[in-house]
Amino acid sequence: MIESLNPLLASALAAAIPLMLAALGELVAERAGVLNLGLEGMMLVGALAAFVAVTHGGGLPGAVIAALLAGALFALIFGFVTLTLQANQVAAGLSLTILGTGLSAFLGRQYVGYRAPDSFAELPIPYLSELPLLGPSLFSMSALGYATLALLGIISWFLYRSRAGLILRCVGESPSVARSLGLPVMAVRYGAVAFGGAMAGLAGCYYAVAQFKMWQEGLTSGNGWIALALVVFATWRPARVGLGALLFGGVSALGLYLQAINVHVSVFALSSLPYLATIIVLVAISSDQNAIRRNAPASLGKPFHAGG
Amino acid sequence: MKTWKHAAASLAGAFALLTAASPALSADKAADPLKIGFVYVGPIGDGGWTYAHDLGRKEMIKKLGNKIQTTYVESVPEGADAERVIRDLAAKGNRMIFTTSFGYMEPTLKVAKSFPKVEFYHATGFKSDKNVTIYNARMYEPAYLAGIIAGHVSKKGILGFVASFPIPEVVRNINAYTMGARSVNPKITTKVVWVNTWYDPGKERQAAEALIGQGADVLLQNTDSSAVLQAAQDKGVNAFGWDSDMTAYAPKAHLASAIEVWGGYYTMAAEAMLAGKPIKTTVWGGMKDGMNDLVSISPTLPAAAKKLVDEKMAGIKSGKLAVFTGPIKGQDGSIKLAAGKTLTDKEIDSVNYYVEGVEGQLPK
Repeated sequence: MIESLNPLLASALAAAIPLMLAALGELVAERAGVLNLGLEGMMLVGALAAFVAVTHGGGLPGAVIAALLAGALFALIFGFVTLTLQANQVAAGLSLTILGTGLSAFLGRQYVGYRAPDSFAELPIPYLSELPLLGPSLFSMSALGYATLALLGIISWFLYRSRAGLILRCVGESPSVARSLGLPVMAVRYGAVAFGGAMAGLAGCYYAVAQFKMWQEGLTSGNGWIALALVVFATWRPARVGLGALLFGGVSALGLYLQAINVHVSVFALSSLPYLATIIVLVAISSDQNAIRRNAPASLGKPFHAGG
Repeated sequence: MKTWKHAAASLAGAFALLTAASPALSADKAADPLKIGFVYVGPIGDGGWTYAHDLGRKEMIKKLGNKIQTTYVESVPEGADAERVIRDLAAKGNRMIFTTSFGYMEPTLKVAKSFPKVEFYHATGFKSDKNVTIYNARMYEPAYLAGIIAGHVSKKGILGFVASFPIPEVVRNINAYTMGARSVNPKITTKVVWVNTWYDPGKERQAAEALIGQGADVLLQNTDSSAVLQAAQDKGVNAFGWDSDMTAYAPKAHLASAIEVWGGYYTMAAEAMLAGKPIKTTVWGGMKDGMNDLVSISPTLPAAAKKLVDEKMAGIKSGKLAVFTGPIKGQDGSIKLAAGKTLTDKEIDSVNYYVEGVEGQLPK
């Protein structure tokens, strides 16, 4: 019985990894006070960049670097428009998604129809991968999968345990206070936006070079929006983002798994279940109003006027 | 505020540049070309369903050149959005509009009422009107042939099917696939997983993994991406391409591709319109009419399988073999169609049961 759960868990984890990557990047940007709704666009641009790199002989390191750079540079367009030009973040973020979707589709035309020549293979950790239940899924991920879990830990540590993280959160809470303390508000926000873009790019890289091993238009199929929602429902806390991503991936895999073992449940209910379950659980554990107020960056989405 | 407007303008400008590069707007400006609009459910780069339709559009452009001018709108959700897009295309002077997904049926009919002079062509539906004509390809024919191949190739006797929506168009493909396989190995069964979407590579892949996890070793899908095929290759099982030739996605796993060929129909329909006699009758074309095919059959196939597929294909192409010929049994073994009889097109288009060998319960 336990063995038959292996594919389910592996499939849940595979779906959760890119959501985690994108959501963690967005979380850092939002903690610095910048709301970037362009996740889906940045993921697509990153996915295409990774696929192009790997197709032209860049190998896996090339794919990762290309995705990180493409995501970060693309996010910096948003950064320039919202931070330097102080445009509305919601409108600029939506434009970024539209631009990223169109741009990746247009530039990616000639890459449709092929398998990536190289891709991230599963790297089972000796002994650990033979553990019952979690072994074959958790300890036989691809390098990107392990990196994601490591990043989850690093980002938690960074935000709550490091001085730089404190500065970043301070900038997100009250940029004017941060500025009066002599902190470089603009630089921090630019950095956070670029980091968010790089992580979204990496999520795209995961789709194109680890999970699907192909490029197709819109291959993220709306997962950028799910990652965005995860950040809010997880009340801007990294561990809860991780939990939410696993829950979402798990419930959506479960729905398909139940069908494959002939358990008859309405498929329409099953396809809405991942959304419902994730929202209910995250809302339930985050229902403390004070906690939300404490965690939500106070200046989220508001442009900062230096000197004003 | 001024800076924001500049920024918005530059973003919008970048976007406009992108859309301007689409062939729709760069078409030749001949004297009054026939304007033709296409509504696509997925992106034209999906490598599957929409890609196949767009190949058809391009073939039509190649044949008719500057006599026509085409516009397409991609990734249009089925429902209210579709109505807006179709209405917009009609208002912009397109005299023929092809709406290429099942879910566009009602919006197409609705818009058609307000534009009596525009000819609408709806793919895969079942309701027509004075100016709404149905066209479809008999994908169950290549699905049946794919089943024959699967029957030879499957070692465990379990097939998998990643299905989109529980509509007759899809149900009959599951049935045909299973019947093809059982004509070779009567003990074979098909597991079905519904993903409730036409295009979502992540879900399609998860569904494929769930099926493979339950022992399915030859997969077919009625969804629009190549994710199922990729999953099959990664897990060391076999699968088929669907809608377009998908060999290059997964050369090892790929057994054959069941494809639609829309170019002939689009060209014919446009030519008829140009001649002033638009097509008004439902065209439900099959392999016989060149509207679909089974291509890129893997050279690794056992000779017996290859021979049988060739034989059956010749039968279908000559019109001698109808896929849905009795005896057809339901899941419980009850006779749905007596031996020697064949399902009529109307029956094929309203099939609402699984045949014997398909596991699970058909969602209602």
